[in-house]
Amino acid sequence: MKGNEAVAHAAIRLGVDGYFGYPITPQSEILETLMAEAPWKTTGMVVLQAESETASINMVYGGAGCGKAVMTSSSSPGLSLMQEGLSYLAAGSLPCLVINVMRGGPGLGTIQPSQSDYFQTVKGGGHGDYKMVTLAPASVQEMSDFVGLGFELAFKHSTPVMILTDGVIGQMMEKVKLPEFRRRRTEEEIRKQCPWATLGKTPDRKPNIITTLELDAHAMERININLQEKYRKIEESEIRYQEIDCDDMDYLIVAFGSAARISQKAAELAKAEGIKVGIIRPITLWPYPSDIINQYASKVKGILTVEFNAGQMVEDVRLAVNGKVPVEHFGRLGGIIPTPFEVVSALKQKLIK
Amino acid sequence: MNTSIVDPKNLVYAKPELMNDNQMHYCPGCSHGVVHKLIAEIIDEMGLREKTIAIAPVGCAVFAYDYVDIDWQEAAHGRAPAVATAIKRLCPDKMVFTYQGDGDLAAIGTAETIHAANRGENIAIIFINNGIYGMTGGQMAPTTLSKMKTSTTPNGRDTYENGYPLKITDLLAQLEGVCFATRQSVHTAPAVKKAKRMIAKAFQNSLDGKGTSIVEIVSTCNAGWKMTPAGANDWMVDNMFPVYPIGDLKDI
Repeated sequence: MKGNEAVAHAAIRLGVDGYFGYPITPQSEILETLMAEAPWKTTGMVVLQAESETASINMVYGGAGCGKAVMTSSSSPGLSLMQEGLSYLAAGSLPCLVINVMRGGPGLGTIQPSQSDYFQTVKGGGHGDYKMVTLAPASVQEMSDFVGLGFELAFKHSTPVMILTDGVIGQMMEKVKLPEFRRRRTEEEIRKQCPWATLGKTPDRKPNIITTLELDAHAMERININLQEKYRKIEESEIRYQEIDCDDMDYLIVAFGSAARISQKAAELAKAEGIKVGIIRPITLWPYPSDIINQYASKVKGILTVEFNAGQMVEDVRLAVNGKVPVEHFGRLGGIIPTPFEVVSALKQKLIK
Repeated sequence: MNTSIVDPKNLVYAKPELMNDNQMHYCPGCSHGVVHKLIAEIIDEMGLREKTIAIAPVGCAVFAYDYVDIDWQEAAHGRAPAVATAIKRLCPDKMVFTYQGDGDLAAIGTAETIHAANRGENIAIIFINNGIYGMTGGQMAPTTLSKMKTSTTPNGRDTYENGYPLKITDLLAQLEGVCFATRQSVHTAPAVKKAKRMIAKAFQNSLDGKGTSIVEIVSTCNAGWKMTPAGANDWMVDNMFPVYPIGDLKDI
């Protein structure tokens, strides 16, 4: 099935409580599949087509504030509309899952795949100092798997989680093993797991208030410090990446999502020409696998990032490497997907010469 | 005859139990305090303490959650009806209401208000209409009267430049998803009693799943209007009521 469809099926099977979304290409299959499956009749999952992405993300805020497992999905322009809400969700330490099936921008752009929302996602597209755990799937299987992983991390750290993918992975059809069915949590279970949730004030506790407002600057600084402490903890424990052929390489490619799939083929082509290329595929884009890239930097002649953008993740690779070795970027823009041959010639041109 | 006020049978008035002792930030004379008290009384009387989830707006009532001891969520500016939509759908047995001002509900949040109502979400909307942005210092609201002076219409609202007072409750009453739309005030004792009955009805509608209820309270902002509290009440009767007449617009 398609990556988008896998997300919808996984959500139902994992006992997600609610999905709120607005149609936009290339991810509308998520909402369409959920509507066709009508999980409100089976698991009790709420599915609602909202009037805008702005409404969707605020519905997610409402549901997350009740401790429910809630999600939304959209594509690049829709995510721009959601940035205010994401800042509120992060500030409120509310667990939720947001999926961005990226398309080419800026502006209304194109409906073709892109990876140009990397900065927006991992550097904080909304206002204020916040971070969002970001998972980058490279297959339909991971589209399904990361729904479960995303909610697990969201509730573990009480924070919003993003699946950052693109039109290739969303639309591509592959075999997938869907998760086992799991029932939705009862209200009692949610009250226990999320004692902060607004589910109605019981006599044994004070009112629960979900707010991101604090006019006392000292108290607001404390809130910020607490958030930063949580982010440091996530950076220590949640970095995920995949290494491909890194034990014997002269050059390293760093690429995520569908660019990593194309780079894998490119590495095979390069090998046939006698060029030894390994790949690191960051699975979490934040927290970023800087340490492993830094470790390999001293062992290779050069690093190439392959991205469907004008050079965004390359900045994080350069920061990780800190000048140890040349780091170059190769990308196509505006919805163009590079071929593996283009990647190989970029490697030769930019690093081997 | 026992005249002790401590004797419960002599008690004619008490602060609602759900109102806490936090010092209110509202200006003396403002309608917000009265409406807060009504909400606290109604929730107590209807036995809804454990069933209520409320959504506070951005505006003067941004700290509503500081005064009434129930579970609250503080929404982004204008988004309370979207937040309430999700809460009520995910927790259908709860009583869910939003508390919003005219800037929040009828300017930045118009889309969320109209669409929640059009879907017939089973929520109650308490709408404080004082014709002005009180929190930010008295700027023009969509509900500001024609020729009314505000800090952004210092020569009075010119409808040619700034459009007309938005009668959003009239608009909402047209929608099939709305079961109850009424306009009330809290400037006299009888008005307060009537407003209380209307809010209670809206809350009951949320519980009964009858659709969206909107209770507009035509309110005073004596600080923003630069009047005494009593003067603001009189001005409201003379100027606001002709544009925003009191009474039910829809009751199904």
